[in-house]
Amino acid sequence: MSVELFGYRRPDGQVGIRNHVVILPVDDISNAAAEGVARLISGTIALPHHYGRLQYGADLELLFRTLIGTGANPNVAAAVVICIEQNWARKVADGIARTGKPVAWFAIEGHGDLETIARAARQAKEFVQWASELRREPVSVSDLVVAIKCGESDTTTGLGSCPTVGWVVDRLVEMGARVIFGETSELTGGEHLIADRMATPELREKFLRVYRDYIDEIDRQGVDLLGSQPTQGNIAGGLSTIEEKALGNIEKTGTKPIVGVLGPAEAPPPDPGLYFMDTSSAAAECLTLQAAAGAVVHFFPTGQGNVVGHPIMPVLKITANPNTARTMSEHIDLDVSGLLTLDLTLPQAGQELLELLYRTVNGRLTAAEALGHREFVMTKLYRSA
Amino acid sequence: MQHKFLVHKKGDHVGVAVADIAAGEVVTGVFMDDGTTIQVRANHPIPFGHKIAIQPVEPGGIVLEYGVPIGRAPGGLTVGDYVHTHNLKSLRWARS
Repeated sequence: MSVELFGYRRPDGQVGIRNHVVILPVDDISNAAAEGVARLISGTIALPHHYGRLQYGADLELLFRTLIGTGANPNVAAAVVICIEQNWARKVADGIARTGKPVAWFAIEGHGDLETIARAARQAKEFVQWASELRREPVSVSDLVVAIKCGESDTTTGLGSCPTVGWVVDRLVEMGARVIFGETSELTGGEHLIADRMATPELREKFLRVYRDYIDEIDRQGVDLLGSQPTQGNIAGGLSTIEEKALGNIEKTGTKPIVGVLGPAEAPPPDPGLYFMDTSSAAAECLTLQAAAGAVVHFFPTGQGNVVGHPIMPVLKITANPNTARTMSEHIDLDVSGLLTLDLTLPQAGQELLELLYRTVNGRLTAAEALGHREFVMTKLYRSA
Repeated sequence: MQHKFLVHKKGDHVGVAVADIAAGEVVTGVFMDDGTTIQVRANHPIPFGHKIAIQPVEPGGIVLEYGVPIGRAPGGLTVGDYVHTHNLKSLRWARS
C-alpha cells in the first residue's frame, strides 16, 4: 500500500501530527494565568487541570511525568510553562526542553497574574509565529505512536468497533508503529489472555504483578466494583459482567505479542510493537496518560456513545451501534454498524479505519477536535499532604 | 432469513441480538468464527444488544462467550432465555 503521510518531525526525531503551542500550568492555581495567555494569543491552547499542590512521592512523580510528557509530546511544537513558584516551573520546562523544542517558563509569585500573563503572552506570540512556519514533511507509519481505549462500551463494542480497531492495530504493528493500550482493571476476566500474549516470561510476571496490585488496591477499599463495573451505561447496552466487558475490550488489542509493560505516562522505548500501560479505565485519565507517553493519535471504540477528546491528541471515535451512530452522529468518526448486519467484513471496516487514520495524520480534524473536546485529567494516586 | 443475533464463537452459550427480538419469535443467528447459522425460539423479548441463550446451562454452571467464561448462571439457562444481570453473575468481584 503506498500512502503519503506528512507530519512534523521534532528536534528529537519524534513525529507529531499536530502543531500545538501549549500553555501548561504546573498547578491548579496557575490555571487562570495560563488561560489568560491562551485567550490573548490566537493559536495557543491552555491545559488547565486540578492538581499540583502538596503532592508527594509517587503521586508527585506521576504529576511531573504527565506534565513533562504532555509538553514533550511531538504534537506540541513549543510550550509555555506557568507555575506559582519558579523551582517547579523550571523543573517542568527543563524536562520538556530535553526534546530540543522551544520552552519558556514563568513564575507568578512576586509578579501576580497580570504581569505574568503579559510576559508569558509575549513569549507565546513568538512561539506561535515561529510554529506557524514549520512545515509537514513525509513520515511513515513506523514513526507513529498510537493509543487505544474504549468507552461507554456495550455488546456492539465487542462485536464490531473493537475488532475493527484490533484489525488496524495488527496492521500498524506489522508496519512498525508503536501502539499503547491500558485499562488495567477492565482486563478483569481476560487478564490471562493478556498475560499469555506477553513476549517474555519476565513481561508476563511484570504484567500480572501490575494487574494484581491494581485489584488489591480496589480490594483495600473494602468494596468490589460490582456497583461501577460494568457501568449503568454498559448494562443498558447489554453487558452483564466485568468479564464480558473485558473480553470485548480486549478485542481492540488485536493479536500481536505484547512487547512492553509501561508505568502510567511512561514513554515506550523505540522498538515497534504493542505495549500495555497501567492506567485507570476512566477515559480522560487514560487518554491523558497515553498522550503523556507520546501517543499522537487515538482510536476510541464506543458503544453507547462516549464523547471524550484530548487537547493535543486527536481522538477517533468508532461505533458499531447503529442507534449511537444515528443519535450522536456528530461524535462518530467511523460507523461500522455494517459488521452487525454482515453488510461489512472486518477487513473492509479495518481498511476504512486505516484510511481515516491516514487522513487524520495528514491534518483532518477528528469529531472530538471539531467539537472542542479537550479533556486533560491527572491521575491521582492518593490524597495530597 | 435475515439473522437477528450473532455468536462470537462455536461452543458459546449465548448470542447477541443485533435487532429487537420478540417473545416466541424463531430467530436465526450467525457464528462469527465460521459463518454457520443456528435457529432458536426466544422465550422472552430480547432488546438489541442483549443476549439470548443458545445452549442450556445447568444451575450454577459457567456461561461461555468468546469461548471464555463471562460468569455463571445460578438458576441455569434454557435455550431461548433472555440472559442478563438477573440470571448471569460475575465470577469475580462477587463479594456483594
